[in-house]
Amino acid sequence: MVSKKKKKYSTGEGAQFMTRKAALKKLQLSLKDFRRICILKGIYPREPRNRKRAQKGAGGIKTLYHTKDIKFLLHEPIIWKLRDLKVYQQKIRRARAMKNYPLMRKYFRDYPEINIDHIVKERYPTFVDALRDLDDCLTLCFLFSTFPSLKKVPRDQSMLCRRLTVEFMHAVITAKALRKVFVSVKGYYYQVEFEGQTITWIAPHHFSFQPQSKDEVDFKIMSTFVEFYTMMLGFVNFKLYHSLNLVYPPKLTAAFNSETDKELIDEHAYVSERIAAMNMSLARITGANEVEELPEIDIFHTEDEDPQKLEEAKLEAEKVKKLKTMFKGLKFFLNREVPREPLVFIIRCFGGEVSWDKDHFVGATFDETDESIAYQIVDRPSMEKKYLSRYYVQPQWVFDSVNVRTLLPINKYLMGAVLPPHLSPFVDKTKDQVYMPPEEKALNNPDFKPLDDDQSNSEIEEASDEDNEDKDNEEEDAEEALTKQYQQEVEQDSPSEEEDADDDVDPEKKKIAKEKKKAMAVTSGVPFKENPYKKEIEDKQAFRLREKLVRKKHRNLYKSMKAGQEKRKKEIWLLRKKRRLHDEKVKEEKKTEKRKQKMQILEAASV
Amino acid sequence: MPPFKTGLKRKIDKNNSKQDTEKVPEAKGSTLVEDEDLIKGELDHDGDDTDSEPEDGEKAGSDAELDEVLFDGSEVSELEESVEDNDKASGDSSDLTDSEADDDDNSSQDDRSSTDNDESKENKKGLNRDEDSGDESGIGQTHSSGSETEKKPEKVKKKTKNIRQDLRKQDKVKQSKTSIDRLADDINTTRISTQPVEQKDEYESGDTSDEEERRNTVGDVPMWWYNEYPHVGYDLDGKRIIKPPQRDQIDEFLKKCEDPDFWRTVRDPSTGQDVILSKEDLQLIHRLREGNVPDPTHDQYQPWVEWFSREVLATPLRAFPEHKRSFLPSKSEQRQVARIVHALKMGWTKTRKQIARERRMKREKNFYNLWGSSTAEEEERLRGIHRHIPAPKRALPSHAESYNPPPEYLLDAKEMKEWNKLSETPWKRQYTFLPTRHASLRAVPAYERFTRERFLRCLDLYLAPRAIKMRLTISPLDLVPKLPSPRELQPFPTGEALALRGHAALVRSADFDPSGQYVVSGSDDGTLKVWECSSGRCLRTVALGEPVSRVAWIPAAGLSLVACAAGARLLLLNPGAGVGAHRTADATDRLLQEPPPAHDVVMDERTASCVKWERVEPHDWAKGVRLIVTHFRPLIHLSWHARGDYLCACVRDGASRSVLVHQVSRRRSQLPFAKPKGLVQCALFHPTKPMLFVATQRVVRVYDLVRQELVRKLLTGAQWVSAMAVHPGGDHLLVASYDRKCVWFDLELSSQPYQALRLHAGAVRAAAFHARYPLFATAGDDAAIVVCHGMAYNDLLQNPLIVPLKQLKGPEKREELCVLDLRFHPTQPWLLAAGADATLRLYS
Repeated sequence: MVSKKKKKYSTGEGAQFMTRKAALKKLQLSLKDFRRICILKGIYPREPRNRKRAQKGAGGIKTLYHTKDIKFLLHEPIIWKLRDLKVYQQKIRRARAMKNYPLMRKYFRDYPEINIDHIVKERYPTFVDALRDLDDCLTLCFLFSTFPSLKKVPRDQSMLCRRLTVEFMHAVITAKALRKVFVSVKGYYYQVEFEGQTITWIAPHHFSFQPQSKDEVDFKIMSTFVEFYTMMLGFVNFKLYHSLNLVYPPKLTAAFNSETDKELIDEHAYVSERIAAMNMSLARITGANEVEELPEIDIFHTEDEDPQKLEEAKLEAEKVKKLKTMFKGLKFFLNREVPREPLVFIIRCFGGEVSWDKDHFVGATFDETDESIAYQIVDRPSMEKKYLSRYYVQPQWVFDSVNVRTLLPINKYLMGAVLPPHLSPFVDKTKDQVYMPPEEKALNNPDFKPLDDDQSNSEIEEASDEDNEDKDNEEEDAEEALTKQYQQEVEQDSPSEEEDADDDVDPEKKKIAKEKKKAMAVTSGVPFKENPYKKEIEDKQAFRLREKLVRKKHRNLYKSMKAGQEKRKKEIWLLRKKRRLHDEKVKEEKKTEKRKQKMQILEAASV
Repeated sequence: MPPFKTGLKRKIDKNNSKQDTEKVPEAKGSTLVEDEDLIKGELDHDGDDTDSEPEDGEKAGSDAELDEVLFDGSEVSELEESVEDNDKASGDSSDLTDSEADDDDNSSQDDRSSTDNDESKENKKGLNRDEDSGDESGIGQTHSSGSETEKKPEKVKKKTKNIRQDLRKQDKVKQSKTSIDRLADDINTTRISTQPVEQKDEYESGDTSDEEERRNTVGDVPMWWYNEYPHVGYDLDGKRIIKPPQRDQIDEFLKKCEDPDFWRTVRDPSTGQDVILSKEDLQLIHRLREGNVPDPTHDQYQPWVEWFSREVLATPLRAFPEHKRSFLPSKSEQRQVARIVHALKMGWTKTRKQIARERRMKREKNFYNLWGSSTAEEEERLRGIHRHIPAPKRALPSHAESYNPPPEYLLDAKEMKEWNKLSETPWKRQYTFLPTRHASLRAVPAYERFTRERFLRCLDLYLAPRAIKMRLTISPLDLVPKLPSPRELQPFPTGEALALRGHAALVRSADFDPSGQYVVSGSDDGTLKVWECSSGRCLRTVALGEPVSRVAWIPAAGLSLVACAAGARLLLLNPGAGVGAHRTADATDRLLQEPPPAHDVVMDERTASCVKWERVEPHDWAKGVRLIVTHFRPLIHLSWHARGDYLCACVRDGASRSVLVHQVSRRRSQLPFAKPKGLVQCALFHPTKPMLFVATQRVVRVYDLVRQELVRKLLTGAQWVSAMAVHPGGDHLLVASYDRKCVWFDLELSSQPYQALRLHAGAVRAAAFHARYPLFATAGDDAAIVVCHGMAYNDLLQNPLIVPLKQLKGPEKREELCVLDLRFHPTQPWLLAAGADATLRLYS
C-alpha cells in the first residue's frame, strides 16, 4: 500500500491563511460589503510568520486573513442581512428607473437597519474590554459630532454622536473620572479613568471640519466605523449611567432630541446648547444615594508586593482623591473669548461651578456681577472693568492645575502675562532617558531652581561640562583629563604643607633644600588619597571588557539597543543645548533692557 | 382695491400733499367738476333706480353696519394704515384718487353698478374707505351746491376727527365681534352687489327682434344648398322668400364710399341680409376680442364669500330643507368606522401618526444593559476572533505637541531647513506636525490634518496586518553577563612596572626562569638576552647569528638551561655563572658535558633524516651553548615537558614530520606522527599526564603518548590558530587565533569550546596561564593586553569562571605588530610581554 501523498499547503501555515480574494469568494460578498462587515466585526488581516508559505507559494504581498476569522464571519447573521440589502437596493433602483417616485420614497423611508447589538457584545464580552478599546471610539465620535451633514455621513449619525458624547462627558463629570488634560495643536486631550482603565481621547479645536478631497479621506469608511462606535458608546454610556445611579437617557436640552427638526439651526447655537447641557446636573435614580466614597485601600501584607509600591499606590490614591475635589466650592466665570467647552467640562469634573455671559450664550447659571466668583478666566490682554474679589487668570492655569493636581499659584497666569510652557502630562516619567524641561523638574522638585534665575551662571557652566562629557565618545580623553585633574589636586595639596613647614626660610635656601631633597630622595610621607575618578574609570573599563562577553546571539540586539540609547542621549543633549542657548539669549535681552533702563534713568537724572 | 395698492397710493398721496399744497384748490376745482358729473350721474340713476331703499338711508345704514365689521382680525392693520392715511394726507386727495379710480374702472358702465361695485370692493378690504366715500360724496354735494372751496379742508379735518373717534370706539368694540357677524355683513354687502343684476330690465336697451323683417325659415341646413336658387326658404304662406338683391364689386365699392355705416355692416349668412351692428354689439365684440367676460356687468374680482362654513347660522342658507339623509348617520359608514376603531383598539391597525412615531422610535437607538449578567465562560465563548490581537493604541503626545511648548522644542533655523527639505517626503520628518507656539489659547487654529489622521487610523484598524511582536522590556545591561567585580578578584597586573630595553629588533619570545628571578628573551636581531627581573638589568647577551624565534627556560628547578630556537637549530644554553646559582649551572654543565653512550641513542631512519644532534664547538661552549640540534626545517615552536627532560619542537612545513619530541638526557628524537594532520602551529605537553596537544590550523588534537593514540579532537571554530596555553591543572586549554578570537576549552566538558572570547580588536598572537593564580592573559596585534580571571574548579559540576579583568596598554605598535609573546611570573602576578618595539614589558 502506498500512502496517499500529502498535498502541499494543506496543513500548517499555508492552510491557516486566506487571501482577501479567496475570502470574498468564500463569503460570496462584494468587496464593499466585506469591508463593512470586517469593520463591524473587527476582523483584520494578519501578518504571517512566513509569508511565502502563507501565500501558498505566490509572490508579492497579499492581504491575508486567518481562515478561522473568515469561518467566523461565515456564521454571522448580518451577512444575510447584507444580501437582503442588496436586493432591496435593486428594488430602489428599479423604482427610480420606472420613475415610480412615491414607491422609491417609501423604500427609502423603510430602509432596513442592521442591528449590531450582538456584535458589540461579541467583540467586548466584558465591560472592561469595551472600556479598554474606547480611545478610538471617542475620538472619532467627537470628531463626527462636529460634522455637518455630508453625503456619506447621514445627519442623524452626527446627531447621535453629539448626543452620545455629551452623555459620556456627563458620566465623566458625575464620576469625577477625569485625570489629565492637555491642550495640543491638534486638539484637547482628555484622559479619564473608569474601572482602572485609562481612556484617552482628543476633541478637536473649533472649526475642525474642512472639506476633504476624495483620495484624502473616505467618509464612507469612517461612517461605517462610527456606525459601530455609536452603538458601543451607547451601551457603554448606559452601563456607566447605570453604575453611577443615573437615569439613562438623560434629559438634556432640546438640541439632542432627534424629533425636533434642528437642521436649520446654526452651528454656534448647537455648540452653545451642548455646553449649556454640560452645565446641568443630571437626574438621579430616586432613592439612590450620592456616589458613596470608595473605602480606603486596606494594606494586605503579601510577600510578592513591595511595601514601597504599596505606599506609592496609597499616595497616588490620596492625590486622586484630592484632585476630585480640587475646584469644589469655587465659582468660575468664563469670559466670552474663552473656549468654553473644555473648560466647562474640566471645571465641572472637579466640582467647580461655571457660568458665562448670559447675553451671549444660553445656560448661564450666575452673573458676572456675582461677588462670590473666585476666578474669572480671561484670554485677552486687559479688561476695562475688574472686580477686586476675584482672580483674573488665563485658561492654561486650569489645565496646568489639573495636571499638577493642586491649585497652582496664579502669578504666572495672570491676565496679560506671558504664559509658562504648557507641558504634556502624558510623558512617562518612569522611563529612563526622558528629557525633562526645567519647568517640569521644578514642578516635581520644589527645590529645583530653573536656569533663568539670577544665580544660574554657575549651573549653566556645570551643565555644559556635563554635556561635554556626554558628548565625548572618546572616553580615554576624559580619563586623561580626570587623571590630570586628580594630579593637580594632589599637587595643590602638597605644596601648601611645605609652605606651612618652613615659612621663615628665605627662597634661596628653600631652593637648595629642595635640590637636596631631590638628591636625597627622602620625602615626607603623603597620606594616600584615593582618586575619586579612578574607581569610576576602572569600572568603566571593566564594563567595556564585560560588554565583549555578550553572547553572540544577543550581540546585534545589544548593539541596536545601545545605538537607541545613544540616539536618545543625543536628542536629550540637543534639547538641553537648545534650552540653554534660549535661556542665555533671554537673559542677555533682559540685561540689555535693564541697562537701557538704567541709562535712561541716568540721562534723565543728568538732564 | 387690493391692500398693496393702498400702501402705494398713500405714498403718492403724501408726495402730492406735501409738494403742492398750493395747487390743491386748483386740483380740487378740476376734480370737483368730475365729481359733480359723477354725482349727477348717480342722482340721475337714483331717479331711474328701482332700488327700494332710499339712497341716504342705505348709506347710513351700511355705514353703521360696516363700522362694526371693520375692526376685526386681520383687517386691523389695514385700517390703521388707512387711518394714518387720513391723518397725514388731506382727505380730499385720497378721496380724489378713489373717485378717479372708480371713473377709470367703470366709465362705460352703469353708474349705479359702478358705485355698488366700488362699495363691495371696499367692503372686502376695509370699510373705512366706504365710509370715506360716503362722507365725501356728501361733501361733494355740499360743494356742488355751495361751491365753497376754501372752507373744505377744515370740514375735512372735522370729519377725520369724527372718524378717528369712531375708530377708537370700534377698537373697543371689536373684540366682542364674532365671525357670524362678519358673515352677516358679507351677506349684506354681496346682496347689495347682486341686487342690480337681479332687477335689471332685459329690454331696457330695446328689443330689435320685432323690427326684424325677415327670419331664417330654412332651419339649420347648409346655406350653399340655396346657392343656385333665387330664394331662401319659404314663408308661412308657402311663398318663396326671395333673396335680397346681390351686389357686385362695384356696388360694394360704391357702398363703401357712400355708406358711413359700411364698416359695421355685416352680412348674415343665414338670411343673406345686411345687418348694421349696434354700439352694444361692437362693445361686445371688443370685449370678446380682449378676452374679457362678455357681460360688462360681471365682476371677476368679487369677494369670496364662504357660504358653507362650520359656523352655525340662525337661518338656512338654502331655501329647501335638508334631506333626511343628512340627519341620519350612514349605516355602512358606521360599520366601517366601527371596524377601524375596533382594529385600532385591538392594535391591529395604527394611525398614521402612530406609524410615523413607531418608525421614528425604531430608527432611534435604544440602549440597554448589554453587560448585565454573564459568566466568565460565556464571555470566553463569545469572543469569536481567533487569537485576537488588540490594536495598538496611539502614542500619547509629548511636550512638542503642546500649543505652548517649551522653547527647546521649537524648530530652529537649521531644523526648519531640514523640515522644508523633507516637504516631499513628510513621513521622514521628526514630527507629523510643526511644533508652534501660540501666545494664547484663543489663537490656536483648528488642526487641518485632524480628519485625515483619524481616517488613517481607521484604515490601520481594519487594513493593517497584525502580528504579535515580542517587545523586549530588558535594558541592554541585562544582556551583559553578570560577573564579579574585578576588584574582588585581585591580585592581577594593573600597570606597567618595567620596560626592558636592549634588543635591536622585535623580541620574538621571552620566558621566566623557574624561580622567577631572571628573564630570557630572544629577538630577531639574533641575540638572546638574560635579564634580572627585579632590576631590569641585562645580565648576558648571547649573539647567535640567526634570528631567535623561540626561547623557553627549562621548568626543572635543578637545571639551568634555556632552549632556544634559532632558525633550524635548537640550542640548549646554559645562561652561565652570573645567572642563578652557580652550582646548578655547574651541575648542568657536568650533565651535558658527556654525551650518553651510543647504544642508548637509537633513532630510526626517518627521524635521523630530519634531526641531527651535533657536538658543540668550543667557542660556542664558551658562549654557553651546551647542545645543538639541527632540524631539516626552521623551527617555529618549542615547549618543555614539565619534568624538563623532553622537549617538543615544531618545524615549519614539516608535513608528517613537523612535530618532534627530543629527549635531552638521552639526546635522541622521536617523530610521534606518521601521517600529516595539517599545518601544525604549536604543540604542548600536558602538565601532569603523558599527553600532547597539537594545534593545527583549525583543530587541536590531544594525543595520549603512552597509548599512542588520538584522545580527542577539539574544534576551535577559528580560522587559524596562533597560540595555545594549557591550564596548570591540565583540564583546560586556551587557544588563540589570528581571527581575533580566544577559545576556552573545558576538556572534561566537550570538544566544543566552552567560551569564545572576543576581547581583541586584532589577531591574537599569544596566550598564557599563570601557574599559581587563576589568571590568564592574551595579547596580539592590537595595543591592549587583556588580563582575565580564569578560575577552573575541581568540582565537575561547576563551570569555569572567566572574567576579563584589565586591559593593559601594550608596547608600541611596529608594522602592525604589537605583542609577540606573553609569560606570567611563576610566583608573582606579574606579566611579561615581548613587544614588537624591541622591548620587554613587565606588568605588575
